Amino acid sequence: MQEIQSLMGGFAVAMSWFNLMLMFAGVSLGVLIGVLPGLGGANGVAILLPLTFSMAQQPGGATSAIILLSCIYWGALFGGAITSILFNIPGEPWSVATTFDGYPLAQKGRAGAALTSAFTSSFVGALVAVILITFISPIIARFALRFGPPEFFSVYLLTFSAFVGMSKGSPLKTIVAMMTGFALAAVGIDTVTGQLRLTFEIQQLLKGFDFLIAVIGLFGIGEILLTIEEGLEFRGTKAKLNLRVVLETWKELPRYWKTSVRSAAVGCMMGIVPGGATPASFMAYGLAKKMSRDGEEFGTGKVEGVVAPETAAHAAGTSALLPMLTLGVPGSPTAAVLLGGLLIWGLQPGPLLFLEKPDFVWGLIASMYLGNIVGLIVVLTCVPLFASILRIPFSIIAPVILVICAIGAYTVHNSIFDVWLMLVFGVLGYVFKKLDYPMAPLVLALVLGDRAEDAFRQSMLGSQGDLGIFFSNPLVGTITGASLLLLFWPLLSRLVAIARGRNGNAAG
Amino acid sequence: MDDRKAVASVRVAELVMAGIFLAFGALVMWDTRRLGASWGDDGPQAGYFPFYIGLFIVASSAMIIFKALNLGDKGRAAFVEWGQLRMVLLVMAPTVVYVALIANPWYGLGIYVASAIYIAFFMWYLGKYSWPRILPVSLGVAVFFFLMFEIWFKVPLPKGPVEALFGYT
Repeated sequence: MQEIQSLMGGFAVAMSWFNLMLMFAGVSLGVLIGVLPGLGGANGVAILLPLTFSMAQQPGGATSAIILLSCIYWGALFGGAITSILFNIPGEPWSVATTFDGYPLAQKGRAGAALTSAFTSSFVGALVAVILITFISPIIARFALRFGPPEFFSVYLLTFSAFVGMSKGSPLKTIVAMMTGFALAAVGIDTVTGQLRLTFEIQQLLKGFDFLIAVIGLFGIGEILLTIEEGLEFRGTKAKLNLRVVLETWKELPRYWKTSVRSAAVGCMMGIVPGGATPASFMAYGLAKKMSRDGEEFGTGKVEGVVAPETAAHAAGTSALLPMLTLGVPGSPTAAVLLGGLLIWGLQPGPLLFLEKPDFVWGLIASMYLGNIVGLIVVLTCVPLFASILRIPFSIIAPVILVICAIGAYTVHNSIFDVWLMLVFGVLGYVFKKLDYPMAPLVLALVLGDRAEDAFRQSMLGSQGDLGIFFSNPLVGTITGASLLLLFWPLLSRLVAIARGRNGNAAG
Repeated sequence: MDDRKAVASVRVAELVMAGIFLAFGALVMWDTRRLGASWGDDGPQAGYFPFYIGLFIVASSAMIIFKALNLGDKGRAAFVEWGQLRMVLLVMAPTVVYVALIANPWYGLGIYVASAIYIAFFMWYLGKYSWPRILPVSLGVAVFFFLMFEIWFKVPLPKGPVEALFGYT
């Protein structure tokens, strides 16, 4: 078992005191970020990314930096559950399904049980996904070593088609958002010809749009504006979490092992596909409701109804890092920001990373195990502390968050223009949310735009402009075919529905 | 003005947003004419990829416009109500002033002083706090960020005359 050996090496890297300290700091910050309105995993990591620039330049620093940032991600995943259960406010889209049973449980006075089961199942979900990453990612990476530009482009195509095919909203809006991301990514100097594109002789546009600014604006400012619109007042239930409640809940949890296994499987499968965490949590909830003996009582405050979405969301959130590490294709906005971090630190995510930087990769994977254990300890012990932060009035917390966003946007390039840009993206994010335009495809396209375009151009160069290259061998043909199927899925499913409707009418 | 009154309907908002995207896509396509969007001597020209991106944006937003025109009752729902828009503007306007205060060609205050003023204004105007509560919070946050960025992380942020008094420029 070569993987076990590599993993042990990774533990040796991750187990230093400095890295353990970073894990605690990262997870605590992450939970804080997950709890606060307007700060989520994606823009929390984006804001803190510039602070790691100097850290990453020291020897072994890149590993410490990714440990810090990924632990913020785990923390934010944990934190989302706190607001869902205590305040009925999902901190992240994938915690929406947690509110269905989590909040009723809290209202019944069983907030402690709801929180404990949410955290524990998050941990279980993440653990399953990390084990999957440990054993599957080296295989995928080895396989992907044979990929050329056409294969990579088809993988990008699959990523983006998945957004169109799997989104709940309008596929047209997904396409517009995604293509806008690509267009923004193209702004600036063209890497191949050196020509200026879409700059319109505006000097500030020469360096192009940075996705970090877009993430901070869209997810941060946009979220604040949406929250303020409701004239926000938090009305939450008190959180009491002591050892007795934790142990009692733990005694109850093994009963739902079937739900856990199912949800973890759903989560892992959906997480590898981009944008998968949110549908995964809903799917797992729906499945649990259908399969459980007391499915009828779901929504009135069943522990099982918390276990299912939380396990799936965390499994999905964690396995979103699998394609990011092995193929350089992030599965979620936060994974996209982490990928951007790797690029800034001078690391090329993708199959070669496993060969060239084994210390980094296995250090990161080992830190996922440790980080989630640390996360579980932190959230179980500090819930009252984090919940009390939500009791700080919004008129204090909102300006402080906006200041943090402004500082975060400024530090990316030390440019005040970026702060203005952040505000523009903030308004855009507000309108996007109100009109149901998805934001994740825009961010992913902005991050991957240049790489996707390069892969496309190189494939075209190789084939002298013949699109047939994307079907030239069974591998690339299968991926391209799958992407096209996903891309046209909304259209196909509608046709099927129409056809069925006709049949139904004829029979009736 | 009635707070519950709609400023714009969903239909209008959909049309405006899709119109903006349509114009944006057209702009992208127009720029690729300059760059060349066809096949050059040595491969695809610089505008090759963006041309299709622009085309996709134009086509999709045109279809969104078409759908928005046929929204029916759903389109008549309020996109934003007066009360909501006022809250949003109450946050956006001071934030714009805040960013302008940080750095401008005439007299930049630096990010720390501007942040203190911004937080103080927010608490005073929206939170209706008294000054003994406002001052410790706003100054405390600014000082905390100063220590964190300038001293611990050594990430320089825009500074103004007040920091210069203490010898930080």
